[in-house]
Amino acid sequence: MSEQLVFTRPEVLADVATHYCPGCQHGVVHRIVAECLEEFGLVEKTIAVSSIGCSVFLYNYILVDTVEAPHGRAPAVATGVKRARKDAFVFAYQGDGDLASIGMAEIMHAANRGERISVIFVNNTVYGMTGGQMAPTTMVGQKTTTCPAGRCMEREGGPIHMSEIIATLGGVAYCARTAVNTIKNIAQTKRAIRRAFETQINGEGFGFVEVLATCPTNWRMSSVAANERVGKEMIPEFPLGVFKDAAKEEQP
Amino acid sequence: MSAKRIFIKGNEAIGHGALDAGCRCYFGYPITPQNDIPEMLSSAMPAAGGEFVQAESEVASANMLLGAAACGVRAMTSSSSPGVSLMQEAISYMAGSDLPGVIVNMNRGGPGLGDIGPSQGDYFQSVKGGGHGDYRTLVLAPGSCQECYDLTFEAFELAFKYRNPVLILGDAIVGQMKEPVARREPLPIDPAEGADWKLTGRGQRAPRILKSLFLDDGALAGQNIRLRDKYAAMATEVRYEAFETADADLVVVAYGSIGRIVKSTVRALRAQGLKVGLLRPITLFPFPEAVLRDLAGQGKRFLTIEHNLGQMVDDVRLAVRGLADSEFFGFLPGNMPTPEDFDAPVRAAVKGA
Repeated sequence: MSEQLVFTRPEVLADVATHYCPGCQHGVVHRIVAECLEEFGLVEKTIAVSSIGCSVFLYNYILVDTVEAPHGRAPAVATGVKRARKDAFVFAYQGDGDLASIGMAEIMHAANRGERISVIFVNNTVYGMTGGQMAPTTMVGQKTTTCPAGRCMEREGGPIHMSEIIATLGGVAYCARTAVNTIKNIAQTKRAIRRAFETQINGEGFGFVEVLATCPTNWRMSSVAANERVGKEMIPEFPLGVFKDAAKEEQP
Repeated sequence: MSAKRIFIKGNEAIGHGALDAGCRCYFGYPITPQNDIPEMLSSAMPAAGGEFVQAESEVASANMLLGAAACGVRAMTSSSSPGVSLMQEAISYMAGSDLPGVIVNMNRGGPGLGDIGPSQGDYFQSVKGGGHGDYRTLVLAPGSCQECYDLTFEAFELAFKYRNPVLILGDAIVGQMKEPVARREPLPIDPAEGADWKLTGRGQRAPRILKSLFLDDGALAGQNIRLRDKYAAMATEVRYEAFETADADLVVVAYGSIGRIVKSTVRALRAQGLKVGLLRPITLFPFPEAVLRDLAGQGKRFLTIEHNLGQMVDDVRLAVRGLADSEFFGFLPGNMPTPEDFDAPVRAAVKGA
């Protein structure tokens, strides 16, 4: 019986060990992005914008032309890239501190202008690279190094729900929240990222996918427990779903 | 140079200079006294086949500039002092990532919100880096509407020659006044510009990464040594106007609009027989050190006049150190100087020694 290869690594994904911690889900999201780039034949015309945080090293793993943006500014940098080079496929990859705190203005306005770019937003409710400080998405009661007694609604406010906010903006063609904690959700994440990329390819508008992900190190959890937390605590707070899809709205 | 001159504001001259130099992306945010630039480019840039974006902030417009620069496209942003403070983050990243772009600062009064009138309060910010880290930008200081046009045109050539941000440091005077301006033959867009470094999508080649993060052992030191050598090489770009300096006992040093006003004072005092001249730096970085040092070696004395508390005077003193010193007269932002305002301080300095 001859061997048949049924599962392989996308070529655009570097064959190296990553710097990500065990149980971190950036690697899963990187792989899905890489698969989508290849399936749409985008690798050669892609310009990626990496942001500040653990995923700044995106360019070590997804082997496409990349520019590094200052903290929170990836949507503005991506705007400049896309305006300068309209034939390029442009995506930004941001974490929750980067996108929902310091970069709130840039993401809101890039989305509202309907920039023909795609933003992958990885939400793990914590600042990972700096050592687990409170993020704008940290859940009420969640302990971090800067809210050691747990985030307090009266003191720090509650977690920001970016997908729900982004979906209200006029320039947005597609906006969804997914997770990568189960096989089913991984498949759903891939469908969402494919659709977000498609909106850019078709010139429909701005595409946004929020992916709920783990940070076992800064959650002080095992990989398995961290993955379970996504389903038990995060998804009830951050419901999964498609919040806007311009293509479907046009249908009767 | 085309024979026909147009009568325009300094701000508009900057817009024309950019377009004629092949600038095809402009990002900006409203702030007085430079609004003529985004207003004219909001229609002129799309008409030239380029992109105009009114950004949500100066933070964003400077980062859009960074993105367009990474693609090797000639791009510009403009603002005035408070807005340029917000751009320092992106300018530092551009310097650290070797990205070319043009940033216009039509200096207004400060600190804080200040006023909307002229000032030279942003000299230090412009020539000493401005943002975090250890870097330099080329700084060009126009003193007329023609120079607004010419220096903006040439700023793009310099930006791409050195892969570095270039600042145009004007002020509310030169931005708002109108003069006849001669335009040059527009440069054709060169699709090959930056071919060996710009992002285009990797195609069949290896992927390119434009970044300012260098964590590996020795990597940042290597980058900083390379940047130092680049800044040293920029010394050949030095430009200045020397007016009646040959037989002068006193050389007044002043830049931009103030240099222009001082020139009138010098001319009037010359007519009265005073041996006074003007050295007007046109590049503030690189600073015209050699010519100042040469003048100091000839035994001349110096008076630096600025529209601030005294900033460029530090660089004049450094240039002539060991040979001479420079006196200083500061006309403070909030008022607009006339040639007569400089009459007494120049006279006193001529008599000085």
